[in-house]
Amino acid sequence: MGKPNDLVQGTLDLLILRTLSPQPMHGWAIAKRIQQLSSEVLQVQQGSLYPALHRLEQQGWIEAKWAESETGRQAKFYSLTAAGRGQLEKETANWNRLSAAIDLIVTEA
Amino acid sequence: MRWLTQLRMRMQMLFQRGRAGAQLDEELRFHLEQQIAENIAAGMNSDEARFAALRAFGNPALLREQARAAWSWTWLELLWRDICYGARTLKRSPGFAAIAILVMALGIGANVAMFTVVRSVLLKPLPFLEPDRLVALYEHSSDDQFPYNDIAGGVFAEWREQNRSFSSLSLLGEAQLNLAGAAGQFPERLRGVSCTWNLLSTLGVKPALGRDFTAADDQPSANGTVLLSWGLWKRRFGGDPAILNQTIHLNRQSYTVIGIMPAWFAYPDASTQLWTPIYHDKPAQTMATLDSHQFQSVGRLKPGITAAQGVADLSVITRRLHDQHLNDPFISKAANIHPLLEGMVGDIKGPLYFLFAATSCVLLIACLNVANLLVARAAARRKELAIRSALGGGRLRLLRERLMESFLLSAAGGSLGLLLAYGAVQWLVRTRQDLGRVEAIHVDGVVALFTVGLIVTCALFAGLIASWTVRDKRLFASLQDSARSSSGGQAHTGMRRALLAAEVGLTVVLLVAAGLLLKSYARLRSSDMGCATQNVLTMRLTLFGGRYGEPAQLVNFYSALLTRVRALPGVEAAGFVQAVPGQGYWEDEGFAVVEHPPLPQGRLQYAMLRGADPGYFAAMGIPMLRGHTFDANRQLDQANQTVISESFAKQYFPGEDPLGKHLRTLGAGAHGYEIVGVVGDTRYSVAEDPRPMQYYPLSAGLWNNGTLVIRSAHDVEQMALPVQRVVQELDRDLPVSDVLTMDQLLGKSTLDASFDATLLAAFAALSLLLAGVGLFGVLSYIVAQRTSEIGIRIALGAQREQVLRQMLFDGLRPALFGLAFGLAASVGAAQLIRSMLYGTQPLDPAVFAAVAGTLLLVAALACIAPAWRASRLDPMRALRTE
Repeated sequence: MGKPNDLVQGTLDLLILRTLSPQPMHGWAIAKRIQQLSSEVLQVQQGSLYPALHRLEQQGWIEAKWAESETGRQAKFYSLTAAGRGQLEKETANWNRLSAAIDLIVTEA
Repeated sequence: MRWLTQLRMRMQMLFQRGRAGAQLDEELRFHLEQQIAENIAAGMNSDEARFAALRAFGNPALLREQARAAWSWTWLELLWRDICYGARTLKRSPGFAAIAILVMALGIGANVAMFTVVRSVLLKPLPFLEPDRLVALYEHSSDDQFPYNDIAGGVFAEWREQNRSFSSLSLLGEAQLNLAGAAGQFPERLRGVSCTWNLLSTLGVKPALGRDFTAADDQPSANGTVLLSWGLWKRRFGGDPAILNQTIHLNRQSYTVIGIMPAWFAYPDASTQLWTPIYHDKPAQTMATLDSHQFQSVGRLKPGITAAQGVADLSVITRRLHDQHLNDPFISKAANIHPLLEGMVGDIKGPLYFLFAATSCVLLIACLNVANLLVARAAARRKELAIRSALGGGRLRLLRERLMESFLLSAAGGSLGLLLAYGAVQWLVRTRQDLGRVEAIHVDGVVALFTVGLIVTCALFAGLIASWTVRDKRLFASLQDSARSSSGGQAHTGMRRALLAAEVGLTVVLLVAAGLLLKSYARLRSSDMGCATQNVLTMRLTLFGGRYGEPAQLVNFYSALLTRVRALPGVEAAGFVQAVPGQGYWEDEGFAVVEHPPLPQGRLQYAMLRGADPGYFAAMGIPMLRGHTFDANRQLDQANQTVISESFAKQYFPGEDPLGKHLRTLGAGAHGYEIVGVVGDTRYSVAEDPRPMQYYPLSAGLWNNGTLVIRSAHDVEQMALPVQRVVQELDRDLPVSDVLTMDQLLGKSTLDASFDATLLAAFAALSLLLAGVGLFGVLSYIVAQRTSEIGIRIALGAQREQVLRQMLFDGLRPALFGLAFGLAASVGAAQLIRSMLYGTQPLDPAVFAAVAGTLLLVAALACIAPAWRASRLDPMRALRTE
């Protein structure tokens, strides 16, 4: 249960930002959402999720607010900040470039 | 605006960390509950659902750690945790903590206090404009006896006219000023300075109120003008600006107050309260003479001119004067220069640095002692440390804890030390107003920084020494020998012994230095002044103004005063002299013996000079060796007798009878004086050998100031008031100053020596105590470690005396090593303080022997209790201890 390596960590940040882009969500929902959208391929461990969320919050890309959840209990909802949207665009572009490059190598070779 | 958000987050994390922690817990709990809810929805029962969720969740403590690691200020949190842990550890042994903190406080406090003084007095630049261009100037006497001699008025005038190296030159001379009492105030004698009008502009200082002198003020024909010190203005004139342009009376002459100096201004020293123009005050003849050395000078070098160039320039001018007047050997042949700061504090530089070095030694000893205590604790906690590192405690982490502990100790000690230093500095400033630049001594930001630096240094020093002994490799061994440590601890005390030896060595150096200084001081105080020192009262008088303008008026005053004082009940004898023994060099004068052939050109012949009344020798208890004292009936021009001292007779009349010979002085009143008596030698300063002295009759009317001497059978201090009343009856406006018994006067003149010796003795005593405590601690520890071994040996029949001897030897060995090393180092240190010694050799065997004896005695005392305890061990109980 060591620290996630750089590639995974960078990717996790992108996934979280992307997941939060339509609407604010709490941690558990983010994990669920990523799991659903990836058709159960990507399982985000709590041990990675919460440190990542707190780090993104410290960096000012997402902000947190306590609000009532769907079960009526208080939960910490994260939402994208303006800076976070910019960061999401940058990271998406990065990812596209990277994955296209990897794709090229994998399919051509 | 992202940086703003980040800043806000950082502040939140710093100040609302507890809340953030609670929220994190809440967030994680929510996650868990959601998972449980989902599991139940998937059909598990509630217990099953909870366990499954917890399993998936992993280690919550670790998760919390990882999330927190993403926050800012984690390092601060860790630091705080270390501090708390360290504080808790220390709290568990409050005795140890208290001793260590106190030791550190004394060490750091003494150092900070000395640093404050050294920095303020020696290191801070003078508070003048471009102080590095300011220099103090001196004459270099033609016989090379006085390379830094005072300056003659005429020589200064030539310097000022002809030099090409100085943008301005100023002259100043001491002036004792009687400030007349106006409207119910007492008359008061003040220390003032007569200076050329440009003194303040040379220094680059302006008065706080009013104006500076102008060239027009500094002339014999000008009206009197005066600048007041801030302190005098506040004290005597209530800080009222209306005093400007008012007239005050100094020495019965009127002076207009033209300005008030700033409060910080203290030149040439802190006791100067008035400044007046010198050419207005002093007779034109004094200002023109080339051979009467009585003034100081300060100059500002032109930009780009070095001090060496400046001194060469002035030397050429002086040499020319010397060559033009070859018949007058009292005209100097060269000039000399000091940076102004050096000129003001040069004489206290050595002792101050020496005391600073001594306090550094004390601090080093304190650090060694704390390191020693920490090593002892580390040894006692070896098993705990071994277990922790076996469980994966990082080496760095353990080191950090150890350092944190020593850091806490030295931080607490340092804070306490800063308070001590503040108190010590206040005390010093109060008691030593005579020190140069004492007004500049303050505890300030730099001193606080220095304290912080010391704290960190001490913490690292003590902490690292202690950590060094706790090395991993040996740690695990301690787990293995846990069952029966029959000879345990033996190997681990090596470090402590080495530390102790170093401590003892430093202590010996301090003890030797203190011993030498104390002995010097004792020598000083017991040095034979050549006169009575018990039951003698002295007080100074200065007669000024129209009432004493004529010599006859002076003579009449003295004779009236002495007649009335001698008539007071209780007064055994009274006399009047320019300066009593111990009051300083004062004055000398060249002379020729009428009966001798003239001296070859360029040869000097001079001796110290005093004006005295006929009864002075008897009153002061100076023995009349041959002949008799002055004839009381000869006055003014008739007073043509002189009395010489024994060494005068030996030096200038070897193998002949001086009585009946005649002296002719080179100065004023150049007629012959017949030698009528020879008296015993006296010392002008406690630390100086007697010099040849010539006494002239007070009744010649040449002296307007001096010391009244009163001798009484007992309680001479009680005579002070009646005598002062007599003075007041004779002249209501005449202030009396420096009312001191001879004992007090000599005590004051040996203040420096007693101060240095006392401080150093205190430091040495402190070090000795620390070393003693250290020895006691180490031997107690060794005995405790070897309890079972000793028990076995006693059970096997070892003699108790044998055990006692061996334990004593064990404890004393580091002391012996330290003593040998310390004595060797002392030989070097003693050479360094050679200049502070008086009548004592740097390698004084008595002092060295006494130090060695004291140290061994203290060491034995420190060791005897643990050793005795070891020899009295009950073998059965000792074997059962583990």
